[in-house]
Amino acid sequence: MEQITTADELNKKYLRDGMWPTIFCNGCGHGVVLEYTLWALEELGWDMDKTVFASGIGCSSRLPGYINADGLHTTHGRAIAFATGIKAADPDLNIIIFTGDGDCAGIGGNHFIHAARRNIDMTVIMINNFIYGMTGGQLAPTAPLGSIATTAPYGNIENPFDICNLACALGANYVARWCVTHPYQPIKSIKEGLQKKGFSLLEFLAPCPTAYGRRNKLGDIKKHWEWYDNNTILIEDYKKIMQYGTEEEKKELKHKFQIGVFQDLQKPGFFELYGNLVNRLQIKENEPKEGKK
Amino acid sequence: MIEVKEDWCKGCNICIERCPVNALEESDHLNRRGVRPPQLKQQNECNYCRLCELLCPDLALTVIPEKEEKKPMKKTNLIPVGGKRR
Repeated sequence: MEQITTADELNKKYLRDGMWPTIFCNGCGHGVVLEYTLWALEELGWDMDKTVFASGIGCSSRLPGYINADGLHTTHGRAIAFATGIKAADPDLNIIIFTGDGDCAGIGGNHFIHAARRNIDMTVIMINNFIYGMTGGQLAPTAPLGSIATTAPYGNIENPFDICNLACALGANYVARWCVTHPYQPIKSIKEGLQKKGFSLLEFLAPCPTAYGRRNKLGDIKKHWEWYDNNTILIEDYKKIMQYGTEEEKKELKHKFQIGVFQDLQKPGFFELYGNLVNRLQIKENEPKEGKK
Repeated sequence: MIEVKEDWCKGCNICIERCPVNALEESDHLNRRGVRPPQLKQQNECNYCRLCELLCPDLALTVIPEKEEKKPMKKTNLIPVGGKRR
């Protein structure tokens, strides 16, 4: 099979014709994440008949509808629960979940926690735009302190949810956070996450100029995209500055988001362990029984 | 060369802002949505880095590297070869 090199060929191979163009607002980052995922899938050369996409409710959850593959558009926050079921029914399938910050961290937080804890073989692509964009701009649990939303008109006073730290603590196999504004590192990272056995979480910081940027006075699309450049720092640089930097440099980093790969482990996934368990019990069952007669 | 699916473009101008060599501009005609899709400038400075293609949120852009034209060259033998080579 010939390697695809242009976006036009990529579109023809992976996208559903009738669904395009997307419903996303002008300047939204969701389409970019979709494109990165498609490039990663193309580089891996996976069979799309063996790949299933699952999603919950929200802007990000419309993404599987645009891809010409099997997809599941489920109830709010339950994408990971449904995906666990798909994986249990047929462990040969590759599961990719598109979910938003409200869907994954807010409504479906408990499903996320337990899927990560059990290390179920799936790739969760969480698109974080700090707000419930589709339902009208309510405050999401990941929104930074002081951000304005319809349910927080005087500024957010709740501490934001760092979902990558949570996933690291739960022992997920692969945890990374990236910004949509730079293409090459995320594509490589998605590729690694997809290949990884066990739970992998990829968090994307995506701009939402309509619901978040407009209310928080982040300016037009250009300025909003630049905001992500100025407010993120690579985890390696962060560690170096925290170790050797001056007080001023450390103070500057306080409000910045760390991006990069946070965790990369090689633990066995849940269904591998489950298969081993079944084999062990079958062998035990077939052994000639000894004991009292 | 840059191929733009004009009806997919929403006019966010991310391709124009993010281009490292500033090779794109808004075109002078409107598409079906009423926005001006991007086009290459008259003076083509595109270096085919494909950043606009990868960053376009609507997958509307495609960068096609121009094939280098092979100029007909007169070949002179540097080594004297007698007769046909086998």
